[in-house]
Amino acid sequence: MNSTQKVSWVAGALLIGCMATSIPLLRQMDAMRSGSSLEEVLYIPSGKVLKRMSLGYEGLLADVYWTRAVQYFGDRHRTGAKEYALLGPLLEITTSLDPHLLVAYDYGCTFLSPPPPNGAGQPARAIKLTKYGIQHNPNEWKLYYQLGFINYMDLHDYAAAAQAFNEGSKVPNAHPFLKVLAAQMAEHAGERQTAFMLWSAAYQTATESSIKANAAAHIRALQVDEDVSTLERMVTAYRQKIGRLPISFDELHATGLLRSTPVDPLGHPYKLMADGRIEVATPDDLPFITKGIPPGYKPADVPKFLPTD
Amino acid sequence: MNTSIAHIARNTFREAVRDRVLYNLIAFALLMTGAAVLIGRISIGIERLVVINLGLTAVSLFGIVIAIFIGIGLVSKEIEKRTLYTVLSRPVRRWEFIVGKFLGLAGTLVVNTFFMAIGVFAALLYVAHHFEGSDAWVLVALYFIILQFLIITALALLFSSFSSPLLAAVFAFSMFVIGTFSEDLRGFAGLTEGFTRWLTMGVAYLVPNFSALNVISSVAHQQPVEGRLILYNTAYALCYAVVALSGAVLVFERRNLK
Repeated sequence: MNSTQKVSWVAGALLIGCMATSIPLLRQMDAMRSGSSLEEVLYIPSGKVLKRMSLGYEGLLADVYWTRAVQYFGDRHRTGAKEYALLGPLLEITTSLDPHLLVAYDYGCTFLSPPPPNGAGQPARAIKLTKYGIQHNPNEWKLYYQLGFINYMDLHDYAAAAQAFNEGSKVPNAHPFLKVLAAQMAEHAGERQTAFMLWSAAYQTATESSIKANAAAHIRALQVDEDVSTLERMVTAYRQKIGRLPISFDELHATGLLRSTPVDPLGHPYKLMADGRIEVATPDDLPFITKGIPPGYKPADVPKFLPTD
Repeated sequence: MNTSIAHIARNTFREAVRDRVLYNLIAFALLMTGAAVLIGRISIGIERLVVINLGLTAVSLFGIVIAIFIGIGLVSKEIEKRTLYTVLSRPVRRWEFIVGKFLGLAGTLVVNTFFMAIGVFAALLYVAHHFEGSDAWVLVALYFIILQFLIITALALLFSSFSSPLLAAVFAFSMFVIGTFSEDLRGFAGLTEGFTRWLTMGVAYLVPNFSALNVISSVAHQQPVEGRLILYNTAYALCYAVVALSGAVLVFERRNLK
């Protein structure tokens, strides 16, 4: 082996050895500094300042900040976090850098508004963000829908929701259901059927699979709440008629109150308990339900969505 | 140290000084003086912050520019002037030439950073009238900046060993920019799946990691730097510099200089 070959072998071995060593070192540093790039947000909380510092590349920077917001929410949501302190600033910086980045308002508010663990529980901030979006994108009907949705679902401000849907319905090319929703607000605000309509609209207009799955889970939960209420009313009616609680659904069937064995939206039969309550068979598969929950049941930190959604 | 390497390193340092590389210190001194005097008059409460942020950023950017533009010429200039043949006709091996050039430029950058550090601390003393214990972290930030220089110098040498000076400068600068976002890059790669994940992860680990070497913002906010990070950063920067230098040696050993 000549001198050049020897040097090449040593250099090659060093190259491969050091490259291999650098990977675990990077992993260690990443583990140590997890979220550190996000902490920088706290140092420069102003999107306007960042915009000036970006030297005209604010579009790219907005994309980076939006991705950081998604990562931040995703990481914390996966671990069942109850607090999302940086989510609001991240979304505000993103939209300051690029006020036309509609996805940041659309999905950003889906993260920001709902109460923990499904979101950051900051509906007022989500409203502010959406209004900022409308100010810069007045012809985007989805932003008005978003505004109405947050007002209805998280703030229960039905008048504001009706106003948002009404304004959105006047936008050129607005989806026709905005007009229907505006009318529905006036007469049936607070009713389960209205919430069902809103979530159905969310399901139909969503393009992102996780948002669609979330809407589908809410629709199932509303269906379960409705079913359980109806079944419990039947049990009460049976008791008034027969003088005791029914032992099984067959007895309700025999009295003509029920046509067949009731099943939840996943196809599992509901359970009739000895005290007359109705319970679902698999509460873990039905996140967001408010009725039919077994006593002492603690819902999972992270809602379970079905792969078929 | 190997005497041939030491001679080449010393000559590289002398050449850099002769090329008036250290003149950048005058621009730096003017910048720091201007910032220290001006900020005190037009702002409230951020004098220390501005001096540390501006000072360390300037140290980093000035050094990166020097490392790239001197680094890319280290080999090509010697070939162009035909002085390389004189050097290699002596008992100097090609790898010694590369390592010597690297150490010479790294030494120049360390000296340059030393004088700039004096400037930063002088400006800090001027605006704050006294030093605080947390100012010691500024030294750690300066040390990390020197580690950045080692990586970028080695990369500039690697690129200059197989491409033209202009392309080498573009490559080296691109690596600096990509490396600055390397943590984001690894984060994004983590979001992908399947083959794309392996591919993006591979690229993310191949590019240099400058994110962890930049603690300017945190030291400006008087936050301490973990001892483990100093250790890992040192080990990583040395590893990466060796990787790039080994690549440069591999290419240069096979290069036809006739």
